[in-house]
Amino acid sequence: MKLPDAENLCQQLVAELAPRLGPKSAMIGLYTGGAWLAERLHGLLALSTPLGLMDIAFYRDDYHEQGLHHDPKRTKIPFDVTGRELLLVDDVLYTGRTVRAAMNELFDFGRPASITLVVLADRGGRQLPICAQYCGARVEVPAGMRLRLKRSPDGKLALALEAKGGA
Amino acid sequence: MERNPQLNAAGELQHLLSIEGLPPGILTQILDTAESFVGVTEREVKKVPLLRGKSVFNLFFEPSTRTRTTFEIAAKRLSADVINLNIAVSSQSKGESLLDTVANLSAMQADIFVVRHNSSGAPFLIARHVKPHEHVVNAGDGRHAHPTQGLLDLFTIRHYKKDFSRLTVAIIGDVLHSRVARSLIHGLTTLGAPQVRVIGPQTLLPMGVEALGVKVFHDMREGLRDCDVVVMLRLQSERMKGALLPSAQEYFKHYGLTLDKLSLARPDAIVMHPGPMNRGVEIDSSVADGPHSVILPQVTFGIAVRMAVMSIVAGN
Repeated sequence: MKLPDAENLCQQLVAELAPRLGPKSAMIGLYTGGAWLAERLHGLLALSTPLGLMDIAFYRDDYHEQGLHHDPKRTKIPFDVTGRELLLVDDVLYTGRTVRAAMNELFDFGRPASITLVVLADRGGRQLPICAQYCGARVEVPAGMRLRLKRSPDGKLALALEAKGGA
Repeated sequence: MERNPQLNAAGELQHLLSIEGLPPGILTQILDTAESFVGVTEREVKKVPLLRGKSVFNLFFEPSTRTRTTFEIAAKRLSADVINLNIAVSSQSKGESLLDTVANLSAMQADIFVVRHNSSGAPFLIARHVKPHEHVVNAGDGRHAHPTQGLLDLFTIRHYKKDFSRLTVAIIGDVLHSRVARSLIHGLTTLGAPQVRVIGPQTLLPMGVEALGVKVFHDMREGLRDCDVVVMLRLQSERMKGALLPSAQEYFKHYGLTLDKLSLARPDAIVMHPGPMNRGVEIDSSVADGPHSVILPQVTFGIAVRMAVMSIVAGN
């Protein structure tokens, strides 16, 4: 199965986002894939506000079933979110639960003017009423597989399918 | 082989009773998770919803203000409900047994018991009798262990020194009566600190302490040489009443940390103390308030470390 080229999707997102940016715009990427994508978009769009990075581990809704399994990264938002027009960036949109958790965490930092969701790929399968305003591509993912963003040592981004439960 | 009572069948942390016997991976997981919680304590809303709807019972069979308070703050920042029980003055004095007390609290839907007890092993006893969804965190038992203090010491050392692989750490003072020292020594050796020293008078060092993998010094100046980390222990005044020590002044002369003695350690050495401090007994004010001191950051990190421990055990 052929997956869309992540680098092309990046360029496409940049072209769509650039005309919509204003002085109050700021970007936050979700670990891990969303953070890579956000680093790339943030650089290409030359946003003046520094990039925020977020790990939603402490806001997940499956903590009581799963516990805290991976080592969470530290959320760092180096600007006041109150009054900002936030671009929330993730690599793959699936159930919508990560985005729900991210919005909850964001409101513990302040009250943004707006939150816009930017994703590289939407694989369907939503379990919550959430949709992305900017989406690189829609991707069909076979049952039992996971769609992930990978970053090679030279920084190139690529989408990949892997069996669920894999690392 | 009997399973480590702190771990569940999957090898995950179920209770935190002692640093001794925990694999390095679990210690590192706690320190890494605490690192993320430091971020939470620095922002506008210092709370995350992880333990919403859970009840944390602080069972203090022995008085303590600081440790109980930091556990309470940590639990509240995880959105748990916290119930403080000062058992020293309640049911135990009416003759109720330890396990009956715990069974009663369990019937009130407890999720985490934070236990401080003057008998070594009390938290282990409780951990053996709680229900599978209940978790026990040792907040200090007798002379045995004080694992969250040991972990916050490890966290502080890693924060300032980045890694343990080249460190020389000196632990100074009343090692004999110190559960803090014991926990820290186990943590440091597990995480690979190459040289841990204990410094103190013969009467305040446990017999055979070398077996824990430490080097013993009785001369403080000799022991401080080239240390990266200096951990001072509190000298409990009641020790003076026995035959262990002549006087506070005499102790300070030999084992009190002054700027002069500290100058023998590395120039970038950090000075730690678990609190409460006896100024002029084990530490001089010029050191306690000086640029090498990280005693107050230790307290702040202690909250993040306790948040990490409670959120990890409650999720397993």
